[in-house]
Amino acid sequence: MAIMGLPEEEYFSYGHRACAGCGAATALRLITKAAGRNSILVESTGCIEVVSTPYPETAWKLPWIHGAFENAASIASGIEAALKYSGENTKVIAIGGDGATYDIGFGHLSGAFERGHDFTYICYDNEAYMNTGIQRSGSTPYGAYTTTSPSGKKSIGKEEWKKDLVHILAAHGSPYVANASIGYATDAFKKLKTAIETEGPTFVNLFATCPTGWRSATEKSIEIAKLAVDTGVCPLYEIIDGKHKLGRPKDIDKLKPLEEYLKLQGRYRHLFRPEKNKETIEFMENRVRKNLENLLKYEECGL
Amino acid sequence: MIDFEKVKLKVNDKEITIGCVLESNGSTANLKTGAWRSKRPVVDFDKCIGCGTCWMLCPEGCISKREDGKFEIDLDYCKGCGICANECPVKCIKMIMEEK
Repeated sequence: MAIMGLPEEEYFSYGHRACAGCGAATALRLITKAAGRNSILVESTGCIEVVSTPYPETAWKLPWIHGAFENAASIASGIEAALKYSGENTKVIAIGGDGATYDIGFGHLSGAFERGHDFTYICYDNEAYMNTGIQRSGSTPYGAYTTTSPSGKKSIGKEEWKKDLVHILAAHGSPYVANASIGYATDAFKKLKTAIETEGPTFVNLFATCPTGWRSATEKSIEIAKLAVDTGVCPLYEIIDGKHKLGRPKDIDKLKPLEEYLKLQGRYRHLFRPEKNKETIEFMENRVRKNLENLLKYEECGL
Repeated sequence: MIDFEKVKLKVNDKEITIGCVLESNGSTANLKTGAWRSKRPVVDFDKCIGCGTCWMLCPEGCISKREDGKFEIDLDYCKGCGICANECPVKCIKMIMEEK
């Protein structure tokens, strides 16, 4: 039976120890549903690894292995090679948080993509090291507060822009890379499914809210993930065999104001107190716009 | 296949399997996380249209389809985040304070 196009069967059990309103837990439910029974999951260290397996219990109903912080892609490579040798047609899926994917495991991930293993890497992107207490990562966006990029009189939070990992991995010659958000869950599910079914190294960056680290209300998790797309912060796009396909937002002139997105999150609170930091917000808005214009241009030119 | 039950080790009087391998069975269901909750969702089944939005977006996966096609929430595991109430297109879920 399918509900809203998703299989009804659950492979990620309730009773896991994720915080209330965890976006990554919703993301994991989508990932496991897209993976299905005939798959092996590999996970690097991160929130989901910790909350899903408090020994001797496990939330997983699929074969699952945890290595270290950096080597999910390497383990997946080994499993894929073994399966290829034994002639089994099982999907191998590596899962990591943004810390493991953007920073610590980046070399391993790049290596596995270069070697061209037939596996899928999925990053649930909550934009900081949430498990260890909200430290900045390569994925943390400009202007966000974290404990290692604190905001104050002389600081606006993180001062560097988010790393564009999707394009870096597309440059490895991957047949399918995509950027998705849990706010548009059916779209995310379709992208995950396409990535898993495509042969070769594929990647999906799945934007997932973290109410604890973003200092947002638990019930707003999905709303924030949706707003991230509608304001252009997290555009939904795929790169299939090197060709861009932009899903949302299509029309740059109908973007929602960025403030709507920022105001729901405590990690951007310093941009509105004591008075609104117009300069920074305008800079962010312009950069988001520029990024979207580029994506549209790529699509137009068939790149 | 290795039968992991048969290759148990004894560490500090506790039996563990080699490599701490566990059967993938979703045993976290032993802990009823409903105790974490401070607000409780209440579904108005007359208004529910059975679309499944709450089921799809629930981080716990504790919402299931009833025989009549509507969705009910398992309060043993619901952590009371309120995503279902916020996202329901017909607003048939209300969050009320838990009281002892």
